[in-house]
Amino acid sequence: MKSVKLGASIVAMAAVAATAGYARDNIQTAGSSTVLPYATIVAEAFGENFSFKTPVVEGGGSGAGRKKLCEGVGENTIDIANSSSRITQSDIDTCAKNGVTEIMEVRFGYDGIVFASDIAGPSYAFTPLDWFNAIGAQVVKDGALAANTNKTWDQVAGTLGTKPIMAFIPGTKHGTREVFDTKVIEAGCKEAGAYDLYFAASTGADEAAKKADAVKGCHAIRTDGVAVDIDGDYTETLSRIAANKDAIGVFGLSFYQNNTDKLQVATMNGVVPSAETIAKGEYPVSRPLFFYVKKAHLGVIPGLQEYIDFFVSDDIAGPNGPLAAYGLVSDPELAATQAAVAAGTPMGPLK
Amino acid sequence: MTDIMGSAPVPASRARRSSLMAQDALSKRRNAAEARFKIYGIVAIVIAMLALVWLLISIFSVGLPSFRQTFLTMPIELPADKLDKSGVRDVAVMSKVTTVGYAAVIQAALEKAIKEKGIDVGTMTPKDIAGVISLEAPAQLRNYVLANPELVGTTIDFEVLANGRIDGFFKGRVTMESAQLDSNVKPEQLVLAEKLTEAGIMAKRFNWGFITAPDASDQRPEAAGLGVAIIGSFYMMIVVLVLSLPIGVAASVYLEEFAPKNRWTDLIEVNIANLAAVPSIVFGILGLAVFINFAGLPQSAPIVGGLVLTLMTLPRIIIPARAALKSVPPSIRDAALGVGASKLQSVFHHVLPLAAPGILTGMIIGLAQALGETAPLLLIGMVAFVRDYPGMPLDGFFNPASALPVQVFSWTTRGDPGFVERASGAIIVLLIFLLIMNAVAIILRRRFERRW
Repeated sequence: MKSVKLGASIVAMAAVAATAGYARDNIQTAGSSTVLPYATIVAEAFGENFSFKTPVVEGGGSGAGRKKLCEGVGENTIDIANSSSRITQSDIDTCAKNGVTEIMEVRFGYDGIVFASDIAGPSYAFTPLDWFNAIGAQVVKDGALAANTNKTWDQVAGTLGTKPIMAFIPGTKHGTREVFDTKVIEAGCKEAGAYDLYFAASTGADEAAKKADAVKGCHAIRTDGVAVDIDGDYTETLSRIAANKDAIGVFGLSFYQNNTDKLQVATMNGVVPSAETIAKGEYPVSRPLFFYVKKAHLGVIPGLQEYIDFFVSDDIAGPNGPLAAYGLVSDPELAATQAAVAAGTPMGPLK
Repeated sequence: MTDIMGSAPVPASRARRSSLMAQDALSKRRNAAEARFKIYGIVAIVIAMLALVWLLISIFSVGLPSFRQTFLTMPIELPADKLDKSGVRDVAVMSKVTTVGYAAVIQAALEKAIKEKGIDVGTMTPKDIAGVISLEAPAQLRNYVLANPELVGTTIDFEVLANGRIDGFFKGRVTMESAQLDSNVKPEQLVLAEKLTEAGIMAKRFNWGFITAPDASDQRPEAAGLGVAIIGSFYMMIVVLVLSLPIGVAASVYLEEFAPKNRWTDLIEVNIANLAAVPSIVFGILGLAVFINFAGLPQSAPIVGGLVLTLMTLPRIIIPARAALKSVPPSIRDAALGVGASKLQSVFHHVLPLAAPGILTGMIIGLAQALGETAPLLLIGMVAFVRDYPGMPLDGFFNPASALPVQVFSWTTRGDPGFVERASGAIIVLLIFLLIMNAVAIILRRRFERRW
C-alpha cells in the first residue's frame, strides 16, 4: 500500500512540475543530416567556450527540420532548422500560419557532392552526360527516346572501362538527391538532347507545363537494379561499396574527406572536387548549406544570438576554421552573412 | 461395448507378425520420421546458435577496443601570462581564454617533452606534431584549470586523449598503408606516436571516459562516451517504473479480481492484447501529439521519453501480471474469505503477495524491452546530439538527454570510422544492462515463485 501511495504522489509531483511551466535554457536545433556534423562541431565548441549550455542538435532531414521550425513559437518548439536545401514557399506559408512570421536565413558555406568508388578499383572521369546515359530511364538512340539498356561503362563512353554500371544514389528524401538530379542528371539530359525530345513529346497545355514534363522525364532513373536508392546515410553507401567493389556511390565531400583511405573520387568535367574548386565554382556539383533561425526566440532562449554569431564567425566557418577542416567549403561572402546575422535581418520573400 | 474377443479373427495374410527383435516396415518408417525430426530440430538450433555466435563475435571483436584508449601523459606548464590576464586567479576573467589558447599551451608542452626525450621529429611541421593530440584535449585542460585556478603558474602532470587516428593505429584500424591515403593522418605522425610510446609518454589504458563522458562531435570520436545516454536511459526507466508499476498492477488486479465479466471488460481485454502488439513507433507519434504539442512538455527530455515508453510498456506488463494473479489458486481466496477477510483484504494480504514474483518478472522484462527501444524516441527529439549532463531529479527529467539505443543509432550514422568501434562498444554496454535485468528477473522467479 505504501508503495502505491508513494507512486501516486510522485506522479502528482511530476504533473505539477510539468504544468508549472518550464524555462528552456538550451538551444534546440534539428534538420539536415548533411549539416548535422557541422552543427555538432559548432555546438561542442560553443559549449566549451561559453557559459551557456551546449545546444542540442537533432538530425532527421532538411524537410523535417523546417517543418518542426514552422510548428509555432514557444519553448517546446525548436529555435533553428538546419537545411541543405533552400526553404520552400509552402514551408514559409506553414510558418506564417503558425505564427512564425520572421525567419532569418543564414548561408554558412557550401558542400560538394562527389562520386567515389572503392580505393582498389579503377579511377573514373565523368561528365554529367555519362551519368545520364548510364542511369537515365530513357536515353537518346538514333534521335529518339529509347529504354536504357547500357550494361557496362564502355557502352556509355569508351574511356570509362569495361566494368558493369552499378550506382548507389541517395534516396528521394535526401537533399543530396535534389542536387544530384538537377546538377548532374538534368544537365546530362539537356546535353544529350533528351530534354528537347521530352519537351516535344509533352502534352502539357503551355510552355511551363511542358517544361515541367521535360524535367520530370529527365529525372526518371532506370529501375532495373543498375541504380540503387540509398535511403540511409553515407555510411550505408560506404558499406555497400565495400561489398560491391565495382559500384560507384554518391557522397558528400566531407564524408569522402574523412574516408580517403577507403574511397577514391572521380572527376567531373575533368575537375577534381575539393574545397578550392568548389569555392571557385569550377566543380559543378555543389550546393549551399543553410540554417534558419526563428527570430521570435532571439532574446528569449539564452545564448541563441551568441550561438549564431559564433557559427558564422571567421574562427568557425572561415577557411581556416574547424568546419573547413571537416570538409565545408567556406562561403566567400561570409562577411555579408556575419553582418546580416549581427543585425538580425529577417529573410525577404523567395526570389 | 462391443465384444473384442468375439469379433472375426484377423485374416492370416494381414496379421501383424511383429517381433521385438526385428522391425517391420511401418515401425521403420515411424522411427525414421522421428530421427528426421530430431535432425531438423538440431539443424534449427545450430542455425540459431551460429547466428547468435556470429552476432556476438562481430559485436565484441569490433566493440571491445572502445573500452581502451590511447592517452598522452606529460608535464604541462600553465603560463600565468597567457591563461590569467587578471593575475588574481579570477575565474570570470580566466574563462575569456578560449580552447584555442589552451591548444597552444598543450602544443608547447608536447614539443618540450619531445625535445627532452630526444625524439627526432624530422621535417614534421608543428601542426602535424600537435595533430597526434585529440581536439578534445584543450577543453579537458581548460575545464581542469577553471576548476583549479590556483594551479596557474605551475607545471602539472596532465593526461590528454590521443587523436582518434593515432588511437586507431594502436588498435590496428589504421595502418601505415592506409595513412598514406588518409587525408586526416600522415605516416610520420604514426612513426612519432610509436616513438612517444617507447618514451613512455603515450600509452593505452582502460577508458572510463567511454562510460562517463558525453557524446562528442565528428571530429573527435576518441572523446565520445555514453555518460549522457546512460543517465537519460536511467531517468526514463525510473519514469516507466514509477508510472507503470502502480497503473499496471491496479489495472490487472481490478480486471482479474473485481471487474464483472461483461462485454465492456471483454472489450478492454481485447484492446490490451492488441495494444501489446502495436508497433512502438505509433506510441512515438502519440507522444509527440499529446505530450509535446498538447501538454507543452520540452523536447528531447527523459520525462517525455519515459511517458511514451510507459504507454508502450503498460500492456506488456498487464498481461503477465494478470497471468500471475490467475495462477494463484482460488482456494487461497476462499480460505481468506472463509475466515472473514473482506475481498480487498483477501487480494492485498494474500493473492497479491503470492503473485508478486510473477508480476515483478513481467515488470522487469517490460522494462528491458523499453530500455532497448529507439523508434518512439525518434519522434520526440531524443535522437539528438546532447553534451550536457541532465540535472538531478526531478529537474533533470526535463533537461535534454540521449538514450543508450539512440546513441548506438546516431554513432552508426557518423562519418568518422572511429565511431564504428564506439557504436559496437555501446551495444556491448546495452547488452550488459539487458543481461543484468533479465538475470534479476530469473533470480526473482527462482527464489520466490510458488507452484501449486
